[in-house]
Amino acid sequence: MYGLSLTDEILGITLIWGFVFIYAVMGAMDFGAGFWSMIYINRDKTNVTNIANRYLSPTWEVTNVFIVALVVAIYSMFPRAAYSLGTILLIPGSLILLLITIRSAFLVFSHAAEKYKRLLIYVSGITGILIPGLLIAVLPISQGGYVIEQNGRESLSLGLLFTSPNVYAFIAFAIISSLFLSSLLLADYSKTAGDLRAYGVYRRDALITGPISLICAFLIMVTLKTEANWIYIKMMDNLPLLITSAACFILTGALLMIPGGKGLKGIPRLAVIVTIIQFLLAGFVYGRAHLPYIIYDNETIRTGFTDPSSFRAVFIVYVVGFAILFPGFYFFWRLFMRDRSVRQTD
Amino acid sequence: MVIEVSHLVIARAMFGTTMAFHIIFATLGIGIPFMILISELMFLKTKDQDYSIMAKRWTRVKGVLLGVAIPSGTIAGVSLSLLWPGFMEVIGRVMALPFQIEIYAFFIEALFLSIYVYAYDRISTKARIISLILVTFGALASAVLISNVHAFEGTPAGFRVVNGKIVDVNPWAAFFNPAFFITAGHVSLTALMTGSFVFAGTSGFKMLRNSPGSRSYQFHAKALVMSLILGGVISLISALSGHASAQYLYEYQPEKLAAAEGLFETQSHAPLTIGGSVDPEKQEVKHAIEIPWALSFLAGNRFDTVVRGLNEFPRDYWPPLFIHTMFNGMVGIGMYSILVAIIGVYWLKFKKKTVVPKWMLFAFFLSAPLSILAIEFGWILACTGRQPWTIYHILSTADSVTSQQNLGILYLLFILVYLLLGIVVIAVLYFYFKRNPLIHELSGQTDPDDKNYPAH
Repeated sequence: MYGLSLTDEILGITLIWGFVFIYAVMGAMDFGAGFWSMIYINRDKTNVTNIANRYLSPTWEVTNVFIVALVVAIYSMFPRAAYSLGTILLIPGSLILLLITIRSAFLVFSHAAEKYKRLLIYVSGITGILIPGLLIAVLPISQGGYVIEQNGRESLSLGLLFTSPNVYAFIAFAIISSLFLSSLLLADYSKTAGDLRAYGVYRRDALITGPISLICAFLIMVTLKTEANWIYIKMMDNLPLLITSAACFILTGALLMIPGGKGLKGIPRLAVIVTIIQFLLAGFVYGRAHLPYIIYDNETIRTGFTDPSSFRAVFIVYVVGFAILFPGFYFFWRLFMRDRSVRQTD
Repeated sequence: MVIEVSHLVIARAMFGTTMAFHIIFATLGIGIPFMILISELMFLKTKDQDYSIMAKRWTRVKGVLLGVAIPSGTIAGVSLSLLWPGFMEVIGRVMALPFQIEIYAFFIEALFLSIYVYAYDRISTKARIISLILVTFGALASAVLISNVHAFEGTPAGFRVVNGKIVDVNPWAAFFNPAFFITAGHVSLTALMTGSFVFAGTSGFKMLRNSPGSRSYQFHAKALVMSLILGGVISLISALSGHASAQYLYEYQPEKLAAAEGLFETQSHAPLTIGGSVDPEKQEVKHAIEIPWALSFLAGNRFDTVVRGLNEFPRDYWPPLFIHTMFNGMVGIGMYSILVAIIGVYWLKFKKKTVVPKWMLFAFFLSAPLSILAIEFGWILACTGRQPWTIYHILSTADSVTSQQNLGILYLLFILVYLLLGIVVIAVLYFYFKRNPLIHELSGQTDPDDKNYPAH
C-alpha cells in the first residue's frame, strides 16, 4: 500500500481522472441527447426532439475536444503507459474512432440536408449510443486479464474480452447511464425553456433509466468480485463513499418526485447536481482503487511517468491555458445554457 | 522479413490516408473562416449587403465541413498513439507541449465557432468579428502547433539519447526547434492562400454558369476580386517562405533536398532540375529541363554553393525518389496561382472590366482544386521525404510502428468510412445550396431552411 502524498505522479493521474470524469459526463449527455432526438423524431406535435437538438448543436464540438484532451494528457504525462495502451487498444480504439466520425458527421449533416434528415438522425443516434459502450470497455481492459502474449508481443484477446460478464456489465452501465444522465439534463433544460410537455417526457425517461443504471452498477460490482478481485477489495475500503453515492441516487429520485413549483413535479436542476455528485463519488472510489496501476499489473503511474522537466512544463501550460480559457467557457455557458437564452425559440 | 516490411507499409498507408483526408478539411478549416472574416470586414467597410451574404453562405459551408474536420482530426490525433506507439512515447517525453497547447487552440476554435454560428443574431457585429478572429486564430494556432511536431521530427532538439535512454529533456528547447518558425510560417500562409483560391475558384465556376450582367454574376465578381487580390499577395509571400523552407532543407536535411531535386552527385554550380522522373539506377532525371547553376543559387544564394547529392548518403537513408514530382507539382501550382491572381487583378481591377472571358474564368476555377492538390503534394513531400525516419537520424519509422499485426482489415474500414464521408459531404453541400440558391438571398426572400439550420 502507499499513501496519497501529492507527488507529481498523483497530480498527473488526478488530472487525467478529471478529464475522464468530465468527458464521461459530457459525453454521456451528448450521446444520450442524440439518441433521444432520434427516439422522439416521429412526435411531430411535441418539441421533444428540438429540445435535444438545441442542446446538442452548439455543444458537441466542445465535448469532442475533451476526448482529444484526455488522449493528449495520457501520452504527455504517462508516455510509457500510452505505449502499452496504444498497442493493446488498436482495434477497439479504431472502432471507437470510426463510430465517433460517422456519428459526428451525420449529426452535422442532418441539419443541412432536410430531405434526408430522418435517415441521418437515425445513423447518428444509433452509432452515438454505441460509443459509450465501447469507450467504457477500456476500464475492464485496464483491470488486466485480457492481454495475452504471442511471439513476445502483447495483444488484446477479443475472445476473452467479449465473453466476460464484467465487460458486459460495464457496457450496459455506460449505455444506460448515458440515457439516464441525458434525460435528466434534458428534463432540466426543457423546464428552463418552459416546455412542459418535453419536461414530462424526459422526467419520465429519467425515472425509468435511473433504477436500471443502478442495477447495472451493482452488476459491475458483483462481476468485479470474481473477475478482478484486487480492485473489488480496494473499492470496498471506501464502502462509506459508495453508500453515500447510492444515497445520492435515492435523493435524485426524491428530487424528481417532490413538488417543484408551478404545479410541476420535481426540481430537475438539483437532481442533475446530485446525480453528478453520485457519479463523482463512485468514480473517485473506482479510480482510487485502481491506483497505482494504469494497466494491471503491468504499468503503474511510476513506471509510466514522463520526464520531470516535461511534466512541469506541461502542468504550467494546463494552469495558464485554463485560466486564459475560462472567460471563453463562461461566455459560452451564458449564451447557450442560461435561462434567458435557452428559452428563446429557434 | 517480408511480412515486417508490408506491415510497416500498411501502417504508413493507413496514417497517410488519414492525413491526406484530414489535411483537406484542416486547411479549409483555416482558410474558410479567414475568408469569412475578410467578407465580414468588407461588409463593415463598404456596407454592401453582398459581402454579408457571402459570409453567411460560407459559414454554412464551414458548418458542414466541420462535421468531417473535427472527427477526422480526432482520428489523426488518436491514431498517432494507436499506430505509432514507439514514436509517441518519445514525443510524450520530449515534445508534448505543442499537443497540450493545441488543445487550448482547439477549445478557442470550437467555443467561438459555436458562438458565431449559433448565436449569430444574438450578439453584436463587434462580437461577431471578435468571434471570427478567434476562430481563425484558433485554427491557425492548431496548424502552427501540429506543424511544429512535424518540424521537430525533421530537426529534433531539446534532448539527448544516451544508451537508448532519453536524457536532458528541455521541452521548450524542443518546442523552439530550428525548423519551427519556417515550417509554421509556410503551413499557415499556404492555408490562407488555399482559402483565397477556394473562394476565387468557386466564384469563377459560378460566373461561368451565370450570364454576364446578371445579379449573381456581379455578386461573384465581387468575391472574385476580393479573393484574387488577397490570394495574389499571400501566394507571393508563400513563395518566399517556400524558398526559405528549401534553404533550411539544404542546411538540416540535405538528403531530402537532394531527393526532391533529383541530385545524385555533390557539386557546386548545381543545376535546378524541373520535371522528369528520377532514375536511381542510371543516376539521372529522365526527360527533365535543367537550369544551370540555379539550384546552388537557390540553396545558398551563391552559384558556387556546394549542394550535397544522394550518393553521399547510404542508400538505406534515401527518401523515396518520387518526391521530386511532388516538389515540382507543389511549386508549379504555386506559380500558377500567382500568375492567375496577377492576370485577374489586372483585368478586373486595373482594366475595370465587368465581363471576364470564359478561358480566364476556367483558369480561376482550376485554382481551387489545384491549391488543395498543392497542399497534398507539400505534405507528401515533407513526410515521405523524411523517410526512413520518424525522428530524423534518431528514431526510424520501423521502430515506431505498432507491434499489432493484421492492419489490413482496419485500413479497409477506414478507407470505406473516408469514401462515404467524402461522398456524403459533397452531396450534402450540393443539396443544401440547390435548395437555397443565392438568388433567394439576393432578392431578400426568406430562406426555407433557416428554421432547420440554426446558423442564422
